[in-house]
Amino acid sequence: MHRAAARIAADPPPGVIETVPTFRSLLVHYDPRIAGAESIQAALGSCDLGDTATAAPARIWVLPVLYGGEAGPDLADTATTLGLPPEEVVALHSGGLYRVYVQGFLPGFAYLGDLDPRLDLPRLSTPRVRVPPGSVAIAQRMTGVYPIESPGGWRLLGNTPVRFFDAAREPPTLFAPGDGVQFRPVMADEHAAIRAAVARGAYEPECRDGEAAR
Amino acid sequence: MNTAPGAGLRILQPGPQTTVQDLGRKGHQALGVPVCGALDPVAMRLANALVGNAEDAAIIECRLAGPAFEVTGAPLRLALAGAEATITVEAGGTSLAFPAWRGFDAPTGATVRIGPLRGSGCASLAVAGGIAVAPVLGSRATDLKGRFGGHEGRPLAAGDLLPVGTAAADGPCLELPAAPPLAFSGTLRVVLGPQADAFTDEGIAAFLGGPFEVTREADRMGMRLSGPAFSFVRGADIVSDGIATGSIQVPGSGQPIVLLVDHQTIGGYAKVATVISADLPAAGRLLPGASLRFVAVSVAEAEEARRQLEAEIARSIGTLAPVRSPVSLDEAALYASNLISGAVSALEEVHPFD
Repeated sequence: MHRAAARIAADPPPGVIETVPTFRSLLVHYDPRIAGAESIQAALGSCDLGDTATAAPARIWVLPVLYGGEAGPDLADTATTLGLPPEEVVALHSGGLYRVYVQGFLPGFAYLGDLDPRLDLPRLSTPRVRVPPGSVAIAQRMTGVYPIESPGGWRLLGNTPVRFFDAAREPPTLFAPGDGVQFRPVMADEHAAIRAAVARGAYEPECRDGEAAR
Repeated sequence: MNTAPGAGLRILQPGPQTTVQDLGRKGHQALGVPVCGALDPVAMRLANALVGNAEDAAIIECRLAGPAFEVTGAPLRLALAGAEATITVEAGGTSLAFPAWRGFDAPTGATVRIGPLRGSGCASLAVAGGIAVAPVLGSRATDLKGRFGGHEGRPLAAGDLLPVGTAAADGPCLELPAAPPLAFSGTLRVVLGPQADAFTDEGIAAFLGGPFEVTREADRMGMRLSGPAFSFVRGADIVSDGIATGSIQVPGSGQPIVLLVDHQTIGGYAKVATVISADLPAAGRLLPGASLRFVAVSVAEAEEARRQLEAEIARSIGTLAPVRSPVSLDEAALYASNLISGAVSALEEVHPFD
């Protein structure tokens, strides 16, 4: 989907405004004053996607996370429900290398997968009215970070002080499609120090070369 | 009238939810950034035409009632479109009343009040030169949820000072001789899908049978409707995919939500249909309590309807002409301030501020 979106963005047929790639579909927004759906579908039908093998991520973001406690109010319940010690839940979550599949829902919210099958749980039956920004959460086989305060039904395991969306930047999101993401457990004092640095504008998120990491 | 640099307006009373909007923020939906923009883009384009702006100049969108503000720095030319309302301009002890759908001039220091809106839940107030807040990601539209764009990413508040750009047009004020009808036809046209197959035949029949009522859960993100309940083949949840403005998603409750300009970019509920773009301005004007039905059309019919709407807009803009109807004095205000002298004729164009 991202390959298709990139191809269309590089050479958009007349009338195409923008596309929204998701897990298994691509939404094409078009201006009916310029072209009809039929001609756009015909133009996109001949879009050559080339080699569709999945490439390794070019870069991997390493996000500091304070797990449990007030930062991750669902960690204890999640561990109990799964029949695992909380430390094991943290180890499984922070042990994974995730990919940015889709961005959406909120500006800068990234659907990261795949989560270890041992952490697969449905969303909360009653969503929270307010999830704090920076909340690191899981739902089914996905994990993600709420970039701004929002309602939400994912299970909150921890918190990262990293900012994911800045409307004053172009592009405004930290992540690009296909980026790699890892989570690094930190203690409360390091979390607080990074949060203060972020507030000062003095924190650059850690980013590793994906090729070197393999 | 030329608008000098430094022109602006200072909000005295903001109105229920007054925001800066334009035709929306395009090109960033793949990153989760919603489009936002005017709920009634037809009204916005006509308001801009009335003051000589390009159609995409940023405007002030009013909901239910407009703001009161002071003209600062330089005179302004203004026009309200999209709803009927009484607009009063007070300056130098004189008060004038103007209707919607025409340009009018307000001198520096004047107080302009937009009264309660009639015939629509929203209206566009255009200012010659456009509202000149800094664009964010290519647009001046307010993203209320993301808290950016517009004026500080929020509805206007008393004391806010909005900058106005330099106006290109000079000449007489324009009016729209025949305002477009605001009365709701009672029907929104839709293209079924993309997940119409998630619903049973009875569910689709209930959707197209209606009627539905707009509930009080209605804002710029969407309108929750109440009406006949839907039945799903399996359930309401789908693998999240993209959302178009006008998408009608149906959560597990079975009560549909028509998604409007501030909608999220993607969502995980089945979408039964999409309101066609030609009918989105009418959808944006609806208020809680409105009754409506949906009628299904083909994609080709939807595209033709949009072309017809565009032709109507172009025709309306082509009819704009210098104002001929007389300005009416705001008699209540005049009596209140004991200014009636009998010397002013309401039958001729009045230029009390010249």
